[in-house]
Amino acid sequence: MSEVKKIATRESYGNALAELGKEHEDVIVLDADLAAATKTGVFKKAFPERHIDCGIAECNMISVAAGIATTGKVPFASSFAMFAAGRAFEQVRNSIGYPKLNVKIGATHAGISVGEDGATHQCNEDIALMRTIPGMVVINPADDVEAKAAVKAAYEHVGPVYLRFGRLAVPVINDNEDYKFEIGKAVTLREGTDVTIIATGLPVSEALGAAEKLAADGISAEVINIHTIKPLDEEAVIKAAAKTGKIVTVEEHSIIGGLGSAVCDVVAQKAPAKVLKIGINDVYGESGPAKELVKKYGLDADSIYEKVKAFV
Amino acid sequence: MNKLELMKTANEVRKGIITAVHSAKCGHPGGSLSAADIYTYLFFEEMNVDPADPKKADRDRFVLSKGHTAPGYYSTLANRGFFPVEDLTTLRKTGSYLQGHPDMKHIPGVDMSSGSLGQGISAAVGMAISAKISGDSYRVYTLLGDGEIQEGQVWEASMLAAHRKLDNLVVIVDNNNLQIDGPITEVNSPYPIDKKFEAFNFHVINIDGHDFDAIDAAFKEARETKGQPTAIIAKTIKGKDVSFMENQAAWHGAAPNDEQYAVAMADLEKVGEALCQK
Ligand SMILES: Cc1ncc(C[n+]2csc(CCOP(=O)(O)OP(=O)(O)O)c2C)c(N)n1
Ligand SMILES: [Mg+2]
Repeated sequence: MSEVKKIATRESYGNALAELGKEHEDVIVLDADLAAATKTGVFKKAFPERHIDCGIAECNMISVAAGIATTGKVPFASSFAMFAAGRAFEQVRNSIGYPKLNVKIGATHAGISVGEDGATHQCNEDIALMRTIPGMVVINPADDVEAKAAVKAAYEHVGPVYLRFGRLAVPVINDNEDYKFEIGKAVTLREGTDVTIIATGLPVSEALGAAEKLAADGISAEVINIHTIKPLDEEAVIKAAAKTGKIVTVEEHSIIGGLGSAVCDVVAQKAPAKVLKIGINDVYGESGPAKELVKKYGLDADSIYEKVKAFV
Repeated sequence: MNKLELMKTANEVRKGIITAVHSAKCGHPGGSLSAADIYTYLFFEEMNVDPADPKKADRDRFVLSKGHTAPGYYSTLANRGFFPVEDLTTLRKTGSYLQGHPDMKHIPGVDMSSGSLGQGISAAVGMAISAKISGDSYRVYTLLGDGEIQEGQVWEASMLAAHRKLDNLVVIVDNNNLQIDGPITEVNSPYPIDKKFEAFNFHVINIDGHDFDAIDAAFKEARETKGQPTAIIAKTIKGKDVSFMENQAAWHGAAPNDEQYAVAMADLEKVGEALCQK
């Protein structure tokens, strides 16, 4: 097998912003002293006059972005997920969500794959927080191709969007001609009949690895990539429930309030099926190399494989 | 408008506040009345706005950072012709567009939703930054409470405003000395307010917030100030012109009953009549 290309989705974010900036005069990027890490520095280099570094003041940055949006420009406010969604939750809710302003929040360093910085910086709660805000679109792309497409789609969508990116380089899995990104549309990556694995973000490629191993054991696993957690592709979930009757959700996020919960909401009301939620089990993360943490917290292909096998 | 006309208009604005809050049986009269002269000056004299075209691109922007004093804002907008004065009695009622706190999605003349203290000033900073980026000439005004400035976000926003030399931004602090739990000096004193804004690199002007000559001079001075934002610290009386509400923390967020309503309106009528004698 040839070496798989790996890119962190935060890199994709920075690159996509720079591309967008070329095409659209109205794109404004805000950061809070993390331009080097969130990769908005790429945009800053190309369009310094349209990059606003707010300093270490995330709550202010979110409300400033709201003010900019009222004047017709399209601000992308960037910080770590912990601070954009966590610290500034109420600003996102009241300054952006309630007036339904056209602000895009670019949240990087989501989940435990932040690595060595540890629990204070590993946000496993942002999807849950953002999902409860009326009108908020929540997107968690799985790779470089999807992340870039998501940034573009977010720009084109009129209204608030929360974009979730990772720090760790992840395999590029969507690099094919047929790939098409549509907000709210799930992508079936692998057909299967015994069980459906619905994954989002970083663990999508791990889920594909798990499906490969399951196949060797004679278990046919369908793999669906849900990049948009809100609005959720309910149709895809209902179809999976009818087809395999067994759903496993996988996310780099708390099992409370994230993709797993969103899927359960649909299943419970519209298509009863057994669901196994794989994610961060209501605990804080810790320091360590990102890859080791992904394994320790059960989000690598081997762990997913074991859990799915036991579930089926 | 001359000074007398402004005073008469502010008197009408105050009547609208009392009418609205009385009708709603709740709301915030104290800080609405203290800011009535500032509201009046902004919308009848200072700002480039057009009630017939509330969204016109080059309009000056106003953000009511102390969103709870919406009755004062709404009464001013109504008296300026943005919507019927009669609608003020629908304040806070189910189905009314006049929400308890400013709602930009439904109220003509409202540029930003607010209500959560400390956030409006940031949005105003965003508007002023946006104008600088695209070379637009509109100015941005935001009104804050003196209790509100206890919020850390106010100072995050102020730091950025001065850093970016936003001379198209005017921050007004309604210094009525009261917040919900009592005098600001007893709760958690923000004084000296002027020195704080000065330290944040604002051009600072202290005025009597009920003196239209002083208000007029301050806003003119703000226009002439280049390279830094202006903060106008307006000394005011909470509950101004309603005898039993003046300087009473209890009237921050309470509505007059029918009897009190009659007294309040009589007080305001008296002020209005005195102005007619001038
Ligand atoms: C973030 C936030 N915390 C608390 C409140 C509740 N609250 C509404 S008004 C108020 C007091 C405001 O006092 P001040 O800023 O002095 O306003 P004014 O005297 O002009 O009415 C408080 C605490 C709020 N609206 N927002
Ligand atoms: Mg006060």
